Amino acid sequence: MIMDLYNYWVVIALMMIGFYSVIVRGNLVKKLIGLNIFQTSVFIFYISVGKVDGGTAPILVDGVTLYSNPLPHVLILTAIVVGIATLALALALVVRIKDAYGTVEEEEIREIDEQ
Amino acid sequence: MVHLPVLQVVIPLMAAPALLLLNRPWQSWLLTCVVTITAFAISGSLLGTVYSSGTISYELGGWEPPWGIEYRIDLLSAYVLLIVSGVAALVAVASRQGLDADVASDKQPTLYVLFCLCLAGLLGIVATGDLFNVFVFLEISSLSTYALIAMGPHRRALWASYQYLVVGTIGATFLLIGIGFIYSLTGTLNMQDIAARLPLVDAAHTVHTAFAFIVVGVCLKLALFPLHFWLPNAYTYAPSMVTVFLAATATKVAVYLLIRLHYSIFGPNFALDVLPLNTLFLVLGLAGVFAASLVAVQQPNVKRLFAYSSIAQIGYMIVGLGLGTVIGLQATLLHLFNHALMKGALFMAIAGVVYRVGGSDLAHFAGLGRLMPWTMAAILIGGLSLIGVPLTVGFISKWYLVLGALEAGLWPIAGLVLIASVLALFYVWRIVEVAYFEAPTSLTEGAREAPLGMLLATWVLVGANIFFGIDTELTRQTSELAAQHLMGVQP
Repeated sequence: MIMDLYNYWVVIALMMIGFYSVIVRGNLVKKLIGLNIFQTSVFIFYISVGKVDGGTAPILVDGVTLYSNPLPHVLILTAIVVGIATLALALALVVRIKDAYGTVEEEEIREIDEQ
Repeated sequence: MVHLPVLQVVIPLMAAPALLLLNRPWQSWLLTCVVTITAFAISGSLLGTVYSSGTISYELGGWEPPWGIEYRIDLLSAYVLLIVSGVAALVAVASRQGLDADVASDKQPTLYVLFCLCLAGLLGIVATGDLFNVFVFLEISSLSTYALIAMGPHRRALWASYQYLVVGTIGATFLLIGIGFIYSLTGTLNMQDIAARLPLVDAAHTVHTAFAFIVVGVCLKLALFPLHFWLPNAYTYAPSMVTVFLAATATKVAVYLLIRLHYSIFGPNFALDVLPLNTLFLVLGLAGVFAASLVAVQQPNVKRLFAYSSIAQIGYMIVGLGLGTVIGLQATLLHLFNHALMKGALFMAIAGVVYRVGGSDLAHFAGLGRLMPWTMAAILIGGLSLIGVPLTVGFISKWYLVLGALEAGLWPIAGLVLIASVLALFYVWRIVEVAYFEAPTSLTEGAREAPLGMLLATWVLVGANIFFGIDTELTRQTSELAAQHLMGVQP
């Protein structure tokens, strides 16, 4: 039972690891790595949902009748693009924060802002 | 004309790359104005069509829903499209001078690109009838918003943008998880189709989980107390014109999204026996109203003060939702429209002050009552509207909210709403006091009236505040019909 759904357990584990890192880490780059793991877990969730037991890739071939559902895969391609755009923008922000504040540690930025 | 629903979104979307290639401050501004005014004209025409001939369903690429993507404009979407594109047009017109205060002229063309992208995203969220489309447009608008905030003049804008990015991405990913659950249960992404299939699904736990993820994700985006902590910094450090646009549109679209997902997909009575959502909304909404108003009273910076006030006003909208009645929902829809007018006028006037005086601390307002009479009069009227004085739009939405609370037999809530209005009086009074009863200091001496373009945009919004406060026909009728439609009540 548990092993049958192992991919969903992996999703939950990754999601929690990512979410934890976003909240706990003080380093802005590490936060983003956490955020990315969090997003990736959702991608795996969608891909797992689309898999049909015994199904093959949805390409018309003689003698095959059972296909996996391609729609979640297509959706997640879009979400991956969104994820990359988010990460790129976030890293660009971190570079500019480093230039402006001289640090990428949340604590130190807060201290500088309070002065 | 049959393509108007998609043109509404595609025109600003296509304008973005065109603006990127154009890359000249003056021409970019002109094109942005043309695009936003066109979008406004289209949404006006859509509202007219919906009134005369009912909900519009547009099939993208001719693919019939539920297989293809459907754009669906009903009364609620047309109403929200109108306010979003209207504010966008005014912001665009005022940006010619308004941006000079805090964005270097070589960066301005890029800002217009992001502005059009953000507008396309917001309009897309409202126009689409496809759940995954909502996520994509939400991310288009969010990503451009992060970049817009980061263009603020102070380095704190970068930090504010980063914080918003992390919170916004978590919110959007929660929404994505919820959509995934719903898709795996119903096998469709079309909202109408989901609404038809969801009651037949025999997996209550999964549906509830999906609902919880979606509600929390959207509430992060709409800055519902206590998920609001990203908003004050974002509004305070963004360029002033960007603050006007965000304050008047972004959170409103998020509220629209919450209403659309809750009422059109899950249905008004969904899971009320399992999740005490209405009670939760009432408690969090009122807590937000009081906490944010009390913090607003203490703020030394006027932009930040009104940012906290925005969180409080969102609280009112959520209280309306929590009442769970037609009048409560109508109050939410009225306040959604009216708050956009109030905060648009207020932040636009503040942008004028930033342009002339160079800052938005309370000290920058000393003696401006005489130096910038028109701008300060706009802040005064906007403030009165925020408090809910009769003859302004603020009165109309508070009236319906109190009416809804009384009708539901919740008179303590009606009382609390009225008490909270007094708090608004306190924070508005602080600005009025400094502007009208203090002499100009070295900071403000020699300040002149804001430039004509900005003043014009401010007073169009102020005029709308008074006009819709007296002639409530359009907003009242639209919100009433939309609320009845959403609650499934026959008029």
